[in-house]
Amino acid sequence: MKAWLIQHREAALDALRRLAVTPLNTLLGSLVLGIALALPAGGQMLLTNFQHLANNAAATPEVSLFMTLDAGKEEVAEIEGQLRKHPQIQSVSFVQRETALQRLKANQGLSEVIESLQRNPFPDAFVVVPRPISPQELEQLRTVLAKLPKVEHVQLDSAWVKKLDALLRLSRLAVTLLAALLGIALVAVTFNTIRLQILTRSAEVEVSRLLGATDSYIRRPLYYFGAIQGLAGGLVAWIIVVSATHLLQAPIRELTDLYGSNFSLHSLPLIDALVLLSAAVILGWLGAWLSLRRHLRS
Amino acid sequence: MIKFDQVSKRFPGGIEALSEISFAIEAGEMIVLSGHSGAGKTTLLKLIAAIERPTRGAVIVSGQNVAELKRVGVPYLRRKLGLIFQDQKLLFDRNVFENVVLPLSIAGVPPRDAARRVRAALDKVGLLEREKTMPVALSGGEQQRLAIARAVVNRPAILIADEPTAHLDDDCAHDIAEMFRSFHQVGVTLIIATHHDALFTPFMTRRLTLNHGRVAA
Repeated sequence: MKAWLIQHREAALDALRRLAVTPLNTLLGSLVLGIALALPAGGQMLLTNFQHLANNAAATPEVSLFMTLDAGKEEVAEIEGQLRKHPQIQSVSFVQRETALQRLKANQGLSEVIESLQRNPFPDAFVVVPRPISPQELEQLRTVLAKLPKVEHVQLDSAWVKKLDALLRLSRLAVTLLAALLGIALVAVTFNTIRLQILTRSAEVEVSRLLGATDSYIRRPLYYFGAIQGLAGGLVAWIIVVSATHLLQAPIRELTDLYGSNFSLHSLPLIDALVLLSAAVILGWLGAWLSLRRHLRS
Repeated sequence: MIKFDQVSKRFPGGIEALSEISFAIEAGEMIVLSGHSGAGKTTLLKLIAAIERPTRGAVIVSGQNVAELKRVGVPYLRRKLGLIFQDQKLLFDRNVFENVVLPLSIAGVPPRDAARRVRAALDKVGLLEREKTMPVALSGGEQQRLAIARAVVNRPAILIADEPTAHLDDDCAHDIAEMFRSFHQVGVTLIIATHHDALFTPFMTRRLTLNHGRVAA
């Protein structure tokens, strides 16, 4: 067990030494991997921010509920009571039919048309703000409300929420595809780096074999090499995303202040950063594995 | 310790390097393997370390048939042997110490023990003061001594040397022969393929002469 640990430590140190003796290659390699990984990581960062924005906006959709024209005062009061007791509803405001008429009369140009009407065409209405619920639940709530007595029509303004949802889902798919493609690129880059390493070490590989080295002894430092190179790429990607977030922070705040929003850009969450780093390590290791399988058959 | 039983080795192209070789070497023996160039000396040594596999016959090393040894078993066989190659196979991008420590690092010896053993081996071959030197800065004789230090650092019971005194002047060759004598005295089994028979004759236990791939009578 101790010998095993020593061998792993030696292999890791060997890989680090080799990365250190060619600093320019190591730096360029890490940059290539880092920039490739920064694209999906940056996409994920933007998506997470938009998701927050969308959740905040979608949390306050309104439902308009229109009564039939023949609904009496008691019936309206009865509905109002039911709405206020409903667990999924946060607030209810009542718009009396006369109030609606007055509002429209105040609107220039329409007032004459309204004057000419024989009777008030507006029904009593409620503007309902539901609690934060999913679009599906919102749809169910609409159906329930539409079945209440003397309710003529219930209108949801959730259509745009659905559109936003679909757009986010599409973007997520795009980011996933991008991540898959650039993940393959990372594997390919590592594959080639390890191939070159095997070529430069061919004398060492031959001599080590003659002195009783097992395949794992020869491969171990190269696995570490691939994984460490991947990790370095992941760190570069992380730095790129964090720096980009900082650079964008001020201009975005200016923009959102103009719209009276308190939205601010957040960097990659820690969990996503950890996923990024582990993915980079695993892909580097995978590239090394494929390369060793291909190039280190004795 | 080592036994060849009806061993033949045919290379692709039909050249038979060894034909029906049979002999046995006891522990602690010191064998000189002689014969003309191309007689099969190097091939015979390679069969012992499983660098080549016999076409027919059995090669028994420490009770194990090398001819049937699986690929994964080969490294463990080689760790029991000390090998000195005709072309030395030193690593020129590593210094003297790093060359000698390689077999120990392969065997998983803890670095502190390994350093101690490397210095003991370098002391034996007279290179203790040169541990930081790169092999390219060593003379031919020193390079050969470095190769010997690397072969004995693992304290193998069997030491196999292929032309250890080739290209060396008489003094150097003599020093090398003295080293082998000291290994022989502490009980190491030695097989030395050489043209310089005279150097080793004073202390060898037996000569094995190859002639066109056969053991000469």
